[in-house]
Amino acid sequence: MVDSLLRVTDLKTRFHTPEGIVHAVNGISFHLNEGETVAVVGESGCGKSVSMLSLLRLIPTPPGEIYSGTAIYRNDDLLKKSEQEMEDVRGREISMIFQDPMTSLNPVLTIGRQLTESLRLHLGMTQEQAEQRAISLLEQVGIPDPSRRLGDFPHQFSGGMRQRVMIAMALSCAPSLLIADEPTTALDVTIQAQIVELVARLRESLHMAIIWITHDLGVVAGMADRVIVMYAGYIVEEADVDDLYDIPSHPYTLALLAALPRVDRRRDQRLKSIPGAPPNLLVEPHGCPFAPRCEFVIEQCLAENPPLMSVGKNHASACWVAVKTGLPR
Amino acid sequence: MFQYVIKRLLQGIPLLIIVSLTLFLLMMKVGDPIATMGGRTITRPDDRERLTRQLGLDKPLAVQYLYWLIGNDWTKIDADGDGIPEKSGTRRGILRGDLGTSLVTKEPVAKLIGERIPNTLILMLASEIVTILFALFLGIYSALRQYSTLDNILTALLFIGYSMPIFFISLMSMYVFAVLFKQWGLPYLPTVGMFDPQVGKTTGQVLWHMVLPVLSLSVIYFAGYSRYIRSTMLEVMSQDYIRTAKSKGLPRRQVVYIHALKNASLPIVTLVGLDLPFLLGGAVVTERIFAWPGMGRLFLDHLSRADVSVVMGIMMLVAVAVVVFQILTDIVYAWLDPRIRYD
Amino acid sequence: MTAHSTSLSVPQPADDLATEPLTLWQLGWLRFRRHKMALFGGVLLIVLMIFSFGGAFLYTEKYANFNDTSQRLEPPSSEHPFGTDSIGRDILARTIYGGQISLFIGFVAVLIETILGILVGALAGYYGGLVDSILMRFTEALLIIPTIFWLLVLAKFYGGDVPEIHIANRAFSGSVIVIVLIIGATSWMYLARIVRAEFLSLKEREFILAAHATGTSNFEIIFYHILPNTIAPIIVSSTLSVANAILAEAYISFLGLGVQPPTASWGNMLDNSVKYLDSAPWLWFFPGMLILLTVLSINFLGDGLRDALDPRSRVI
Repeated sequence: MVDSLLRVTDLKTRFHTPEGIVHAVNGISFHLNEGETVAVVGESGCGKSVSMLSLLRLIPTPPGEIYSGTAIYRNDDLLKKSEQEMEDVRGREISMIFQDPMTSLNPVLTIGRQLTESLRLHLGMTQEQAEQRAISLLEQVGIPDPSRRLGDFPHQFSGGMRQRVMIAMALSCAPSLLIADEPTTALDVTIQAQIVELVARLRESLHMAIIWITHDLGVVAGMADRVIVMYAGYIVEEADVDDLYDIPSHPYTLALLAALPRVDRRRDQRLKSIPGAPPNLLVEPHGCPFAPRCEFVIEQCLAENPPLMSVGKNHASACWVAVKTGLPR
Repeated sequence: MFQYVIKRLLQGIPLLIIVSLTLFLLMMKVGDPIATMGGRTITRPDDRERLTRQLGLDKPLAVQYLYWLIGNDWTKIDADGDGIPEKSGTRRGILRGDLGTSLVTKEPVAKLIGERIPNTLILMLASEIVTILFALFLGIYSALRQYSTLDNILTALLFIGYSMPIFFISLMSMYVFAVLFKQWGLPYLPTVGMFDPQVGKTTGQVLWHMVLPVLSLSVIYFAGYSRYIRSTMLEVMSQDYIRTAKSKGLPRRQVVYIHALKNASLPIVTLVGLDLPFLLGGAVVTERIFAWPGMGRLFLDHLSRADVSVVMGIMMLVAVAVVVFQILTDIVYAWLDPRIRYD
Repeated sequence: MTAHSTSLSVPQPADDLATEPLTLWQLGWLRFRRHKMALFGGVLLIVLMIFSFGGAFLYTEKYANFNDTSQRLEPPSSEHPFGTDSIGRDILARTIYGGQISLFIGFVAVLIETILGILVGALAGYYGGLVDSILMRFTEALLIIPTIFWLLVLAKFYGGDVPEIHIANRAFSGSVIVIVLIIGATSWMYLARIVRAEFLSLKEREFILAAHATGTSNFEIIFYHILPNTIAPIIVSSTLSVANAILAEAYISFLGLGVQPPTASWGNMLDNSVKYLDSAPWLWFFPGMLILLTVLSINFLGDGLRDALDPRSRVI
């Protein structure tokens, strides 16, 4: 019986901008078990980063507002905690790594400093202890000559190495949950693979749950236990990873899979892209947000926004067509 | 790093040469040293001739410039007008620290400046410290409370602050703290000079007399600096690495004062370093209002008496100070920013 | 998920931004406030100009210069709303005429410095190389001495060079012209740097290369192709420079080297005020206040312009 580590219910986040209210996250619900890896997939702007940042309450609040929902992490609602309490959770229970390693590390502090500060804060280590631990962390993530490198600054590392440092930083206090916000998007393909492999390896040794945000379905396949597909601030499909690839049950998922460049496709076939553009988040949608770009659209889609409905074991889809008649493979 | 310093020093030299040339030409054109030296008495023709020879004004401009730069004690001048140079010159030139002689008081310019400079420096340094402290406090405070009513009010007040002419603040503060306070029987601040001659030049006296002038000088500067610090902080706080720091659960204070401020301090140091010597300009007006015996006052006094030597000497000195500060600021910046230091 | 309307129309794709803005009052206020400040600045400036130039219809200049020493240093009253100065002149009238001079100096000096700044900046930025080096060295060299020193020296030695001017029945001290020229001549450097930077970046753009290719002369390229694209920063800089010019005039007049009496300017009205600090605060208060309001309004206006013309600057 696996324990539910995190249970999010109806999370809604919006931003007040001079142009209007941007509805970034429109009521998402999901759960995560200990040691599980869930991938969150979707285009830029679909709300995947914002939802996870909302969990950690890292959304700046003016413009931002988390106005609905609960996020129960081990019996506590993260959304109801005080800032002080959240500081105890961040870095210690739940850590995050970000997309751009060039800008996500502080350029004027040594990486040693950036590593040891969480150790000293959360685990109460002394400077010496923290430094020892930092060296061992750097070793684990594959940074050569770690003891000398402690005194180096971020600009003295390459992109891939910086990401490794970020990972070391995030895992330094052995969190139970790691949120990885597109950590490989800004890296070369070969480095991407290394980072993914590194995280997978560390996950084993730490028995850590991971939420891996990405727009790249290829990365997901090797890493994830389950996948959540988001679009326009809604979850449109949720499934175990194999089921997602075998029985995709939402037109958007189908389109994403079809858009993947594949080695076994004929060379003269054009890459399939998804026609149209993501919806304007300033407008609350009437009906299904994907309808304008959907090839299976029926009248009901335009009238009513479909909720997530079950289409199989551990498999849900927010699509009238998928539920009523099923989608072609 | 060392190469960088040398490079900057070398870059500064042509600037100083150009400035010295411009100043020299300007002064030679506008000033009439003979008339100035003679004061109110009209100098007789042969006196004029003698002085002209003594001051080397009969030589071509280029030679005069040379003498000004490196003196004429290595050559002979013709003091008695017989066409034969026999006496050694006495000037050592500015490059060797001889800024010439005042046309009015006949004292060495360097000595005059030297007497007054400490007084101006006291004022400037005190103002700069007050300015930085207040500006940091206000700038950071309002950056952290962006969008709040307090921030809006502060921004408006600061706007007014730096739109004020210096003399307005000076006069207003003088009126309130000296005149009105005195009328109301409150302890009031002095408005003239550095100390009360009856009490003598004690530290307490000087500090007490410094309050109003420093207040005047600082208000304008810290209004401007605050805005700059505020916008720098806002920019820094929106950076990705601040988000990373927060995601590590670091307390607010650590995020702001270590992660953010360290980055913000780089442009702030640049601002302060480059601006510091320009405080000298502000001092001119302030010293006049408060009768503070500093270099600004010296400048005004001697300018009004057309004493080009002193005027030129002061301006040259200020120019050198600015260039030196530019170089120093660059060096400090390069040292503080690890991206440049460890290259 | 809630269903919204039952309309059967297909939701429009992203390019339809026809929504009514639902602004949270804080952010809306902030934006509005910025524009409001600029608006306020503009209105205030106009009011001040009306005061100075329109006020001439209420008080003649003769009256402004008329001194009755028996009425010296009178506090504000109904007859003299701003009081009288140390030789009995009505301060309100003098601030009106003083305002004309100060504003005139401010605007014309900026005109001069804008022309100079554009010339130097454009030539340096466009031709680059040796021309740029020389021009910029010279510009930098001038910048290393604080402007006030240059102003004071030039004012002292050239201040009396222009004789009194008579236009339309009025007599102006020649020092006004001198001051305008001096301020213009010592403030162009900042604009030159800005213009140069713009030219440096614009001259590599394709539309300029195209102009070269079709044989357009350098003169035309500089003035008809590149310069129009640099108007935004020039406008912002020039607007804010008016405030600086007015302050500059005020400073040097205050120190006695600027506009010479009997021609009034806001700055020279303050000249004697230190002496009478405790007995006659209205001597400095009114002219000083007017200068402050003018500079403030220009700063507001300039800030608003900067916001409007440079959408990239997002920092509030």
